[in-house]
Amino acid sequence: MSSFKIFDVAGSGMNAQMLRLNLTASNLANVDSVSSSIEQTYKSRQPVFAAQFRNAFDRLHAVATGVKVLGVVESPEPLRMEYAPNHPMANKDGYIFKPNVDPVEELANMIAASRSYQNDIEVLNTAKEMMMQTLKMGQ
Amino acid sequence: MKISFANALGLHPQALQLRARRMEVLASNLANADTPRYKARDFNVDKLLRGPETPKLPIRKTSPDHLSLDDEDARFRLLYRVPQQAALDGNTVEEHIEQAKFAENALRYQASLRFVNGKFSGLMTAIRGE
Repeated sequence: MSSFKIFDVAGSGMNAQMLRLNLTASNLANVDSVSSSIEQTYKSRQPVFAAQFRNAFDRLHAVATGVKVLGVVESPEPLRMEYAPNHPMANKDGYIFKPNVDPVEELANMIAASRSYQNDIEVLNTAKEMMMQTLKMGQ
Repeated sequence: MKISFANALGLHPQALQLRARRMEVLASNLANADTPRYKARDFNVDKLLRGPETPKLPIRKTSPDHLSLDDEDARFRLLYRVPQQAALDGNTVEEHIEQAKFAENALRYQASLRFVNGKFSGLMTAIRGE
């Protein structure tokens, strides 16, 4: 086997999915974080993935392409505003703000991320096994 | 009689190399299953092993910058997978299909490896003369 690139590729995929899983966890944990202004309210956070090309030549010829995490963006969806004058966090007009986290979407995201992570693990295991067998060639 | 490894092992060392390379491509597809606009890629190992097709249209190169049809680079160019159902974000990786191809590729790699091993043990028997 020519190289160990496959481990980098699967590793970068696992890294990306792990970040996604972490963000999902933080979104779900903060689903009830109420605050009294739009700025202070927790907003749903999502990762942005991109294929890892080093240059234009790579785009055509690269055999192994990893996953690059471009960053994390906050969801632009409107926050949930609720009229609750008795709430301790209510602002002077009697409103509280709740995060724009959609628990159903987050749960689906969580399952998708963990499945993809498992896929990458499976790839790693198969590649490792094949390499071990190749090392034993001719014995 | 001379024993040549190249003759004895046949196509299999090359097949192993191509299979390992294809495994990298398929692993990239699986790793990028959630990357927006990523296009799944692959290449045909059997076609590469068969070598360049014999009848080829004669093409005259009028400039040194022209690409030739039969250069090594063009043969190894990766192709794009035609998806059954592309995702809305432009990603064309279908995990079940990639998984199947990956498994198939790994199995064929192991088959080639077994052939090479068999050839080696045959050669050992011949050398020992037992």
